[in-house]
Amino acid sequence: MATSEQIKALRSEPWREELRQKMKNKERTAIPRVHMPELDPEYRSHNYEEVNLGLNAGQAMTEAQRCLDCPVPTCITGCPVEINIPTFIKNIERGEFLEAAKTLKETSALPAVCGRVCPQEKQCESQCIHLKMGKEAVAIGHLERFAADYERESGKISIPQTATSNGIKIAVVGSGPAGLSFAGDMAKSGYEVTVFEALHEIGGVLKYGIPEFRLPNEIVDVEIDILGKMGVKFIFNCIVGKTISYEDLHEQGFKGIFIASGAGLPNFMNIPGENLAGVLSSNEYLTRVNLMAAAKEESDTPVFHGKKVAVIGGGNTAMDSVRTARRLGAEKAMIVYRRSEEEMPARVEEVKHAKEEGIIFLTLHNPIEYIGDEKGRVTQMKLQKMELGEPDASGRRKPVEIEGAIETVDVDMVIVSIGVSPNPLIPSAFRGLDISRWGTIIVNQDTMQSALPDVYAGGDIVRGGATVILAMGDGRKAAAAMNNWYTVHGREYYPYTVYHHIYYFILSLTGLPL
Amino acid sequence: MNKIIRKEILSENVVKFEVEAPLIARSRKAGHFVIVKVGKYGERIPLTIAGADIDRGTITLVIQRIGRSSQKICALNEGEYITDLVGPLGQATHIENFGTVVCACGGVGTAPMLPIVEAMKKAGNRVISVQAARTKDLIILEKEMQEFSDEVVIMTDDGSYGKKGLVTNGVEEVIQREKVDLCVTIGPAIMMKFVSLLTKKYEVPTIASLNTIMVDGTGMCGACRVTVNGKTRFVCVDGPEFDAHQVDFDEMMMRLNAYKGLE
Repeated sequence: MATSEQIKALRSEPWREELRQKMKNKERTAIPRVHMPELDPEYRSHNYEEVNLGLNAGQAMTEAQRCLDCPVPTCITGCPVEINIPTFIKNIERGEFLEAAKTLKETSALPAVCGRVCPQEKQCESQCIHLKMGKEAVAIGHLERFAADYERESGKISIPQTATSNGIKIAVVGSGPAGLSFAGDMAKSGYEVTVFEALHEIGGVLKYGIPEFRLPNEIVDVEIDILGKMGVKFIFNCIVGKTISYEDLHEQGFKGIFIASGAGLPNFMNIPGENLAGVLSSNEYLTRVNLMAAAKEESDTPVFHGKKVAVIGGGNTAMDSVRTARRLGAEKAMIVYRRSEEEMPARVEEVKHAKEEGIIFLTLHNPIEYIGDEKGRVTQMKLQKMELGEPDASGRRKPVEIEGAIETVDVDMVIVSIGVSPNPLIPSAFRGLDISRWGTIIVNQDTMQSALPDVYAGGDIVRGGATVILAMGDGRKAAAAMNNWYTVHGREYYPYTVYHHIYYFILSLTGLPL
Repeated sequence: MNKIIRKEILSENVVKFEVEAPLIARSRKAGHFVIVKVGKYGERIPLTIAGADIDRGTITLVIQRIGRSSQKICALNEGEYITDLVGPLGQATHIENFGTVVCACGGVGTAPMLPIVEAMKKAGNRVISVQAARTKDLIILEKEMQEFSDEVVIMTDDGSYGKKGLVTNGVEEVIQREKVDLCVTIGPAIMMKFVSLLTKKYEVPTIASLNTIMVDGTGMCGACRVTVNGKTRFVCVDGPEFDAHQVDFDEMMMRLNAYKGLE
């Protein structure tokens, strides 16, 4: 992890000083923020091509000039994986794109992914100095994507350096963003990392969840390939807790385990008619289309091509689902959300893209019942109209029913996208974990260590449903803490024995950091 | 990639495979299922495990040719590979000495019933298996069922073998004849529905092993949801076995047809 001294030292390098002198801050702030080139909405709403096209070198270098290379770069603190943002941006400004990519990879295992799906407006960009001057933030996300794409397309992909192997075997449960981020950092530190994945593909939510028009699978695969070249082993079709147990992992010599199994269980509203055919979770719909390629001719997996599709929910997954339905031929693709657009958790960009693609927004509407035909297929939904009342615990204004204001809308498919709960499969397979009443694994917030000393956890299995980048941040944090643990305690430490528990107990009495 | 060690044709449309899967062979219990996928663009389909050999490191799967995906699997030969195989999934059957257990199965449902029959027998139960099919040629695994059952009642729709009648006729005969403590049923949804209605009438506790549509099989998609006792449950993680008297079989049958015509 880059310390503030390292950040300062890099900032003081002669080329950086020189670059700062080249332009006055006033000139830099006068440059308008770049616009991400996009595919035409009408064209793109009938195919899976990536919507955002990426910046060209000229656009990227100009955008990079906007960055003031602040002495105290607050943007870094806004990044869960603490990318050295000014260093990579200034490398873009001087045309050293491969160097920029290298900087990204120092702390991020998936820069091309993050450059596409991170909510930068809520993270790094929300801390940008430009905002304090009433200007638009530097387009850090667009620049990140540019550097990562440039490197990939150049064919000169650098593999991050790994320390000499220390022979300590570490198991990772789940190959989503948290698991991959953890695996990358541990491999860099010299551990022998094996990732166990339940599905037949590596990538977790990046593969089954996020559609290709937002994140092409080949981009994910290239980043996974880099991890493979760093020595990370991947085992598919293996469910820790089912195929092999916690005890099996110990027998196989794994000394540390990172659980990143995600939040697998889709939530439903438990309203009448929800089990009609044609009502499905966004997880099911997106998995069919993304992971199983159900829309492709050669795929054996079927998917229903609804003409009148309602997606329930206002998050990014809801936007992904409704935009996918549009691409599969929905004439009427609707978002049904019980609050107003202002409270929607989806990224502004996703809402904008959805609207451009002709998605209908039924905000302040809440489904109360689905009605089906004699074959049990959904044909209509009953919506309760809502209005905004007082703010609730989340700080958002609470939707209140308008009495008697109920309307019926024709649908032939409903996709329920109201969040996910942690998958119970893993927590129940590891005896001794502390589990919250929401089913998440309770960890030490600073180290991500669970109640089982050799088991760390991060991502949605701890958070209960968050973003790719927060999951990655957990992975990094856990890797640093676990590495620290083994550096302090040595490789001979063997978990899960009576002796260990006694040792751990005595250690806890000493008050030393565990 | 899991190698097919042995292939056996059990009836016109039913194939038995012995597949290399040492980890699953070791960890599976009666009632567990696996997800199978053949080819890069194959569909993920659930199959209940019909047996395992820990020493050989293999599991037994019995598949009925019905749709595109099951045909693809059935077409595989010895020495070829199943592209993806994952498990064991679901909750294992609750096994204890109940007393007298009737195992009512139909068609290909006999295969997943076999390990339950075996486990129930080993737990000290008196096991009466009622095995049904349309006609004689479709009765499968009879010898294996005999091995672990105290009695096997064979029913055929056309009377070509065993007694003429449905599985429910066989079960009713047993219930009328002696005290039955538990009934386990596996087969087509419609069959399980009628077994359940029958045993409800006689107040015999009944377990049904449900085989619904699934994608991941680990609780992620919810395609397998069924209503049990008025509550939505996931067959993949909460099941596959439920109290048959509480299962909404009509809803389940409608959901099974959700993708009909789309394959």
